[in-house]
Amino acid sequence: MKPDDRQIEWIEEPKLGLSGRSYLPLYVEGLTTTIKHMFSRKKTIQYPEERYECPDPLGYRGVHRLNRDEQGRVKCVACFLCSTVCPAFCIDIVGAEAPWPDREKYPVSFTIDELRCISCGMCEQACPVGAIELTSLFDLSTKSREEAIFDKEKLLSVFDETKDAEPMPSGRCAVHPDTPTEEAP
Amino acid sequence: MLLITIEALIKIGLLIAGVMTAAAYLVLVERRVAAWIQDRRGPNRVGIPLTKIKLFGLGQPIADGGKFIFKEEFTPGHVDKALYFLAPIIIFAAAIAVFAAVPFGSVLPPDLGLPEAWQIESLAEPIPLVVAPGIDVGMIYIFALGGIGVYGVVLGGWASNNKYSLFGGLRSGAQLISYELPVGLGALGIVMVSGSLRLDTIITQQAQSGVWNCLTQPLGLLVFFVAAFAEAGRLPFDMAEAEQELVGGYHTEYSGMKLMMYLVGEYIHMFIASFLIVILFFGGWHLWGLTGSGEVVTWLIAILRVVVLMAKVLGMVLFYMIARWSWPRFRFDQVMAISWKVLLPLGMVNLVVVAVWVEYGNRLAAVIGLPQPAAMAACGWCVLVVSWLVAILAAPGTCDNRPRFAPVATGRPIEERLRP
Repeated sequence: MKPDDRQIEWIEEPKLGLSGRSYLPLYVEGLTTTIKHMFSRKKTIQYPEERYECPDPLGYRGVHRLNRDEQGRVKCVACFLCSTVCPAFCIDIVGAEAPWPDREKYPVSFTIDELRCISCGMCEQACPVGAIELTSLFDLSTKSREEAIFDKEKLLSVFDETKDAEPMPSGRCAVHPDTPTEEAP
Repeated sequence: MLLITIEALIKIGLLIAGVMTAAAYLVLVERRVAAWIQDRRGPNRVGIPLTKIKLFGLGQPIADGGKFIFKEEFTPGHVDKALYFLAPIIIFAAAIAVFAAVPFGSVLPPDLGLPEAWQIESLAEPIPLVVAPGIDVGMIYIFALGGIGVYGVVLGGWASNNKYSLFGGLRSGAQLISYELPVGLGALGIVMVSGSLRLDTIITQQAQSGVWNCLTQPLGLLVFFVAAFAEAGRLPFDMAEAEQELVGGYHTEYSGMKLMMYLVGEYIHMFIASFLIVILFFGGWHLWGLTGSGEVVTWLIAILRVVVLMAKVLGMVLFYMIARWSWPRFRFDQVMAISWKVLLPLGMVNLVVVAVWVEYGNRLAAVIGLPQPAAMAACGWCVLVVSWLVAILAAPGTCDNRPRFAPVATGRPIEERLRP
């Protein structure tokens, strides 16, 4: 870039008035701004003692949980939609024939690698039965990489921990009521 | 003789311990103040180790010091070994040695409260709270050692054999040498009025007249204050280590304890500048109606004087820290222009005014009809306003320093070109 480049628009800086040129008003303005901030309310949270209170826990995308239905069974029907849609390939499901009459399959094992997860929330959107959800728990920390791989029991226990604070969105149940029950041909 | 040596050694020990502790804790204060200004809380966690006691983060300096001590001290292969090791020692030693002439209080009474048998004959006089009492060239000594401190910066930049270090060292050398002139001019006015280069005499004179020099020589205060900011290398004059432009300035290649010596040396420079401003212009340990002004003191007065001096210095240091976040930095050419085109002439004007008052003060005050300090103060403030106005009117109204080529004639008015 040369100074005589025709592409450059040469703009003169604005002329300062007497008060601007005498520095003093601007200096006082700067000082008052800093001192005002010095005694203002602090924005940071004292983390272990105070915790961030999520204004919308249902919208927050934190650690996963696997929801239970009214009878305490896992809601998941092992449809593999979440693991298919997952862009980080962090969900691993082993499905099997369900022992219960209201669904065909259920997950024998359901593991999520929380370290691979990018918290995009697409699994939550893809789930047809509202079984997988992202909670507002944000402080996931483990002492090893293996501990960060959550199995089915761990995910269900996350649900047990958070179900009171973050109820499942209403209108969702194991099988949507509008879905016509199909008899086996 | 032995007693004097012991007395001096005790004072040196106290001073070095005090200065080092103060530097360590001022780092914490600076971090807390910076955090508050940025709406944060700052380091408030580290307390007593192995307990949960936090103590507002007072353990942080100890943790920082321990970290610095145990850090790897890496010496790059391309440096000039001898100068590389010498530079931080020079800057640190010069900074510490300045305190030999800086009083950190008034005097202590000779009565130590000892039993009769232990009374020491030679302690019959008040003990001055300065390492080198009665050093008649105090101010010259301080400025000389301040000048030596420049060597640490320049040598560090040179010996690092790294172009960014060299840039930092060059800038800092130019800046420090330029600003020594206004610092000297600002202090010279005080020296002319008091007729002494001794800092304790300067304080005593302010205390006895009850008129601080900042009231009678506001122009000198302005010159000295701005120049002392620049001498300490603090924002808005931090050319030497402008993080935005240079990687880290002259200490880019330093690590471990050598880096710490640089950083502590810089802090001590700020500390010295605060001491000098307080002693020369704000009455040192004197506060009206509280500390008295006599040579003979009781223990209460002696301690009060130390407390007042330290409070003033701490206030000045806090101002340094707040100022850091208040004003934008100067460009290098602006820094040089302020020194040579503004502060130097203003310092000369101050010197002339003070010289006139020293010579003809009594007669002039009688003509005006005011007591001499009041007349001198009135004159000083008038001179400040007038010379400030002249300075700002004489300065160019813009700070554009781009190379001047003929502007491209686009034919569009400037308001339209400013529009995105």
